[in-house]
Amino acid sequence: MTERRAADGCVIRSDRKNARTVSAPTANSSSAMADPGTLPRLRAGGRSFLALVLTPEVPLAIWLEALDLQVSRSAGFFAGKPIILDLSLVPPETPELGAFLPALTERGLYVIGIEGADRDEPVFADWIWPEGLAGGRASPEADIPDDSVELPPLPPGALIIEEPVRSGQQIVWAEGDVIVLGSVASGAEVSAGGSIHVYGTLRGRAIAGIVGRPGARIFARVMEAELLAIDGFYAIAEEMPAALIGKPAQAVLVDETLTLRPVT
Amino acid sequence: MAQVLVVTSGKGGVGKTTTTAALGAALAKTGKSVVVVDFDVGLRNLDLVMGAERRVVFDLVNVIQGDAKLAQALIRDKRLENLSLLPASQTRDKDALTAEGVAKVMAELKEKFDWVVCDSPAGIERGAQLAMSHADQAVIVTNPEVSSVRDSDRIIGMLDSTTEKAKAGEKMPKHLLLTRYDPARAARGEMLSVDDVLEILSIPLIGIIPESQEVLTASNVGAPVTLAAPDSPPARAYIEAARRLTGEKIDVTVPTEKKGLFDWLFKRGAA
Repeated sequence: MTERRAADGCVIRSDRKNARTVSAPTANSSSAMADPGTLPRLRAGGRSFLALVLTPEVPLAIWLEALDLQVSRSAGFFAGKPIILDLSLVPPETPELGAFLPALTERGLYVIGIEGADRDEPVFADWIWPEGLAGGRASPEADIPDDSVELPPLPPGALIIEEPVRSGQQIVWAEGDVIVLGSVASGAEVSAGGSIHVYGTLRGRAIAGIVGRPGARIFARVMEAELLAIDGFYAIAEEMPAALIGKPAQAVLVDETLTLRPVT
Repeated sequence: MAQVLVVTSGKGGVGKTTTTAALGAALAKTGKSVVVVDFDVGLRNLDLVMGAERRVVFDLVNVIQGDAKLAQALIRDKRLENLSLLPASQTRDKDALTAEGVAKVMAELKEKFDWVVCDSPAGIERGAQLAMSHADQAVIVTNPEVSSVRDSDRIIGMLDSTTEKAKAGEKMPKHLLLTRYDPARAARGEMLSVDDVLEILSIPLIGIIPESQEVLTASNVGAPVTLAAPDSPPARAYIEAARRLTGEKIDVTVPTEKKGLFDWLFKRGAA
C-alpha cells in the first residue's frame, strides 16, 4: 500500500480542494430569422464535468518527473480528463515555466483552464491560453432566458446496478455511492463520488471518492481488484496484501495511504 | 417464427466456426430448416468446415450489394437437405457489410428458415457487431482460460447494449458454451473449472464440449462434427446443446469417451 509520492516529496493530488465541477450548457439552436411565434424552442440542458485541478510546485522538472511516474503507473488516468492548472505555487520568474504548458500537452494532458497566474506576464507569451473555464463555476444557463428550461436537481443517493459490470464497461456516478449486486469483471471500471459496494467479486477497477471525499470506502464481498483508488490515492493489485485477496475486504484511506482491511 | 442465433466469443480460435457448423447441423437433424451464415468477411472458414468450399459462387457481400439474389448465394448441404450455408466473401473486408444490407438479408433469411445461425468474426468491431445486431439469442463460445473468459465478458456487455434487441429495451437470452474442456486438467487446476467460468460470466450454461481429436478430424474432412462422428463425445455434447436451444430441459454433463478396460489400460500405457 503506497501513497503516490515521489522521492523528492512532490505530491500529485486531486483532493477536495483541487477538484470541482464545471457546468457547461448544451443547446441545439434553430434557423435564421423567422416569425418568433413559429420559432422552435431551444433545447438546453446542463451537463457537469469533473475537472482535475493540478497544482504544480517548483522545481518544475522534478514535478514533471513525479507526474510521469504517476502516468506510468496508471496509464489512462489523465486521458481525456479535463484539467485545470493552478499555478499559485509557481512564481512567474520560475525557470522552465515558459515550456511548462507544452510539456503537459505533450503528455496528453488536456488543460481547459489556468488559474493562479496572470496571463499578461511575459513568460506566458507563447502559451496558448485556454479560454473560458478558468475560475470555476460558470452559470451559462442564464444566457438563455426561458423559464421552462431549468437544470433538474441532481438525483441524490446511490446508484444500484443489478447486472454484472462486464469487461470494458465503465460506470461513473459522481452523485453518491455505487452498489453492484453482481460482480465487476476484470477490465471493467466503477467510479463513484461516494463509496463503492460490490456484493459479488470485484475483479476490475474501483475508484471511490472522485469528487474529493477521502472518507469514501470500497467494499467487496470477494476482493480481487486490479486497482483501488480513493480520492486520488490508489493501490494496484500487486500492492494489496495477499492474505485479503479473494476474501471480504474494504479499502480505507488512512493518512493518505490506501489501506486494505478485512470486513468484520 | 424464425430464430436468429449468433455464435460469438470476442476472442479468436475458441471454436465459433466449429460450433456454428455443429449446432447448425444438429438443429437441422431435428427436422428444422436451418441456414448457417458466415459473417467473417475476408477470413471465411465456415465453407471449409461445412465441406462446401468448392461450391461457392456468390456470397453474403454479393447479396448485400445486389449482385446476386439470396437464392443464388445459398448452398444446400449435400448430407442434410434442410441445411444451407450462406458463405462470406474472401476477397472483401468487413467494410463491405452495411447495416441496411445486413438487415435486408436477415429479414429474407428469417422468412425462408426456422433457424438462422450466424458465425461471428472474432473481435468487437464492425463485423462482430453486425453479426450480433439482429440476433434473438446468443451462444457465447468460451475456452476455460482467463483471456477467453474476459473477452467473452466484453462481448456479453455488447450483446446487452449494441444489438437491435437491446436498443428495443429487450433482454437477449445468452448461453455459455464451454469448448475444449479437459476435465482432468481442470481437476488438476491447470485450466479454469466450469464453476469458475460460470461464476465470472454469470450466464446459463448450454453445453460443455470436451477437448477431442474428433473435432479437428471433422474439420479436416469438411463436415460438422455432429454429422462426421455423431456418437463422439463432442458431437453428443453439441446435439444436447442444440436440444437445449430448442427449449428442452436436459442437465449439462461432460460427455466422456465410452471406454472399455482395455482402452483404459492402453491409454495409460501410452501416456
